[in-house]
Amino acid sequence: MSKKTSDTASQSDTATVKSGHAGAPVNSSLSTDQKVGLYRLMVRIRRFEERSLRAYQAKKIGGFLHLYIGQEAVAVGCCSLMGKNDHVITAYRDHGHAIAVGMELNPLMAELYGKITGCSKGKGGSMHFFDPSRNYWGGHGIVGGQVPLGTGLAYGLKYKGLKGACMTFMGDGAVNQGAVHEAYNLAALWSLPVIFVIENNGYSMGTSQARSSAGELAKRAEGYGMAWGTCDGHDLYEVRSVMAKFLEEARNNCKPAVVEIRTYRYRGHSVADPDNTYRAKAEIEDYRKTKDPIEVFQNILLGEKVLDAALIEKIDTEARAESDLSADFAEASPFPTAADLQKDVYWEADNPSQRKSEGRLFFN
Amino acid sequence: MPVIQYREAIRLALAEELTRDPNVVVLGEEVAQFHGAYKVTEGLLEKFGPKRIVDTPISEAGFIGMGIGSSMLGIRPVMELMFWSFYSVAFDQILNNAANVRYMSGGQIHCPIVIRGPANGGTNVGATHSHTPENVLANHPGVKVVVPSTPYDAKGLLKSAIRDNDPVFFLENTVLYGDKGEVPSDDYVIPLGKADVKREGKDLTIVTYGRPVIQSLAAANILQQEHNISVEIVDLRSIRPLDMDTVLASVRKTHRVLIVEEQKPFCGVGAQISHMIQSEAFDELDGPIERLCTIDAPAIYSPPVETEQLPNPQRILKAVVEMLD
Repeated sequence: MSKKTSDTASQSDTATVKSGHAGAPVNSSLSTDQKVGLYRLMVRIRRFEERSLRAYQAKKIGGFLHLYIGQEAVAVGCCSLMGKNDHVITAYRDHGHAIAVGMELNPLMAELYGKITGCSKGKGGSMHFFDPSRNYWGGHGIVGGQVPLGTGLAYGLKYKGLKGACMTFMGDGAVNQGAVHEAYNLAALWSLPVIFVIENNGYSMGTSQARSSAGELAKRAEGYGMAWGTCDGHDLYEVRSVMAKFLEEARNNCKPAVVEIRTYRYRGHSVADPDNTYRAKAEIEDYRKTKDPIEVFQNILLGEKVLDAALIEKIDTEARAESDLSADFAEASPFPTAADLQKDVYWEADNPSQRKSEGRLFFN
Repeated sequence: MPVIQYREAIRLALAEELTRDPNVVVLGEEVAQFHGAYKVTEGLLEKFGPKRIVDTPISEAGFIGMGIGSSMLGIRPVMELMFWSFYSVAFDQILNNAANVRYMSGGQIHCPIVIRGPANGGTNVGATHSHTPENVLANHPGVKVVVPSTPYDAKGLLKSAIRDNDPVFFLENTVLYGDKGEVPSDDYVIPLGKADVKREGKDLTIVTYGRPVIQSLAAANILQQEHNISVEIVDLRSIRPLDMDTVLASVRKTHRVLIVEEQKPFCGVGAQISHMIQSEAFDELDGPIERLCTIDAPAIYSPPVETEQLPNPQRILKAVVEMLD
């Protein structure tokens, strides 16, 4: 990790910029504290992930680690719009959404470390963060497999007569999976309150959009008679402004939509990938320098006099400290034991006093 | 006691559970207006309306996945697969999502869904429509697998399945849909994981489930009358959870076991049962455990040969006689 390029605090004296979406009601109505809060969330996501990368390199974390670095404004922008009955489900690049819905860093880092104190008790890992108490339904490993589930959450909302929507996130690589198109059809056919959010970071693993997908991604919604839109995922205000409109339509009129949010990831598909065969270093550097979502928002907030150098420094220091503490927490936590292997498999096995079935549930 | 068809018993179970719990919803291809490809759901749309009885497009991955997602939010969908054979196009939803989400979330989420439909050969529809995936399904911890053989069992087991908080896969049989049997009209349930001795006997135990239960009963009558062989028949009813106590009690009584299943032999349900019997009751056995399965090839179309490929009373009779020779 190059500290210099990732260190947003050191860039706080760059020229201020304005978002064309600052005046959107959903943004202009934000209080100073709320704006600082959104900024802080993005910084916390980035510092958490940088810390997790160091832990991965130190072999504290197994399996895959799909980092969200560069895409923070998407999850924070979208999830900041959630009301009581709004829900979120996503794919395996799921750390940012987890933090954006309000999950604490300790159980997330502990999950990466495979510890019993993890959000999924060490049973899910990086790709499988969940917190249904915050309407966060994961964290799913199979490309596109979560999209019918998100459609089902929307179906459940409508069935129960609740006024809410499910934001169903997927990457640009998911749009060619059959299950995604089946879900589009059902959502449109039955007017389900679901927003399909395509986080288009340009690459499905190492295959560019140009080499994997025909046509315009979100426009495929037209084939199903669904509304669609695109937005710049580097600008948090724009994400909020565009998504707010689609969310209102979903909540109030059960109108589904497909929204493609253009974004960029700085790291490989997963950190174990070489990341030097399919894109140029210069491209990554260009995004970092000109479109980094944290810097973009930082500069907007500097322009609005919401942030100053001291506050930027303070937020960054706190986020680093919090991330370090989460790693300490994870390190100090125990692993699950072999006795935990067969817990959380069956509801009935975990609730023996309420078990109604008989016979053996597990086999040797 | 009313005598009704197997399909009517399933319909009654659906109707009773739809009435009992407003979160129960029936979804599937042709379940509403068409009244069900096999008329299992006939009349339910008229009685419960289109919110509760929902026709889906031919889109198994989409609508099964949608049902799983809705179950995470507390809906209790009962999803019909027109044929269980179509599970292959929804495999990821069924066996990655429904089977694993409870575990991967550390127990935070559960999926109270039922997926039901016929899973059998014997109707000359060829290999693509004749799969019996109970072994594949039961290989996944987190799911329950039920295969009823009679109208009475079908009703009581389906009601239990719908009330269950884990995903339950309910495998019916098109050949049995017209079979009639006594079914009480009251609100009874049969617990999952409870086998049933369908016939008492002393010379040999047949462990079986699904349609081969009916075929074994037919064979057992001939064996008794013409060969003076007394066969006990244990109907597993539920593959997972599994009632080994009833199986082992029968083994201790007869000391000989034939497992009959409408499955291909390799890695079939019978392989697991056989392993468990030898492991837990080896000293009780007077001879090797035998298996009678579907003959190991894709399901043939040719009608007379398909009958020979599947378990049937003649094959069962012959196998028992050979074992006791």
